[in-house]
Amino acid sequence: MKLLYFAWLRAKIGTAEETIELPADVATVGHLLEWLKRRGPRFADALQDASVVRVAVNQDYVPWDHPVRPGDEVALFPPVTGG
Amino acid sequence: MIRVHREDFDVGAEIARLTEGCHEIGGIVSFVGVVRDAAGGDRIGAMTLEHYPGMTEKMLGEIEAEARRRWKLEASLIIHRYGRLEPGERIVLVVIAAAHRQAAFEACEFLVDWLKTKAPFWKLEETAAGPRWVEAQSGDDEAAKRWVAE
Repeated sequence: MKLLYFAWLRAKIGTAEETIELPADVATVGHLLEWLKRRGPRFADALQDASVVRVAVNQDYVPWDHPVRPGDEVALFPPVTGG
Repeated sequence: MIRVHREDFDVGAEIARLTEGCHEIGGIVSFVGVVRDAAGGDRIGAMTLEHYPGMTEKMLGEIEAEARRRWKLEASLIIHRYGRLEPGERIVLVVIAAAHRQAAFEACEFLVDWLKTKAPFWKLEETAAGPRWVEAQSGDDEAAKRWVAE
């Protein structure tokens, strides 16, 4: 699975992009966030407030209960501020 | 039509190109977003716009398609820049051309409201105290919600 991070989430986590092996027990976006938080202090800090984390799977916004699969592109980012 | 790039755009040239030869058009409405030199009481030296290549174009295309479902439009254009921009520089252009002005005004406002809350861009401001990520405005969410019930 390809993971992308943007804006202050990228800065806090310290990387823009990585490829991971999706653990078998991670079935939804919500599971994925919980799993990521356990990967280390940078992830725990960046993802501590889920209310300011938006998630896109294959470039579409999705809710926490959306399924994730090994070939997905999953992006995590803060609320957008363009325009 | 959707374009996402670093370079500046010429508003007059873009409107002329978009509407050339289309004589069903009775009115054209445009919105140009520009970098301000102050935010929250602080001076802004510049800002850097980051975006999500691929999803940006996809979301802008969906927003434009939604506007064309809701209103009868003859032509539409969204240009959004990214990269480092200084105060006074243009950030975004939305142009709507329609047979009648009401559709053009409404669709333009709808596009700006929706792109501010859906297009994956983030602004990093340069202030005297250092760089600072712009926080999403609840007013932008409220503005976008006006259009949901329609």
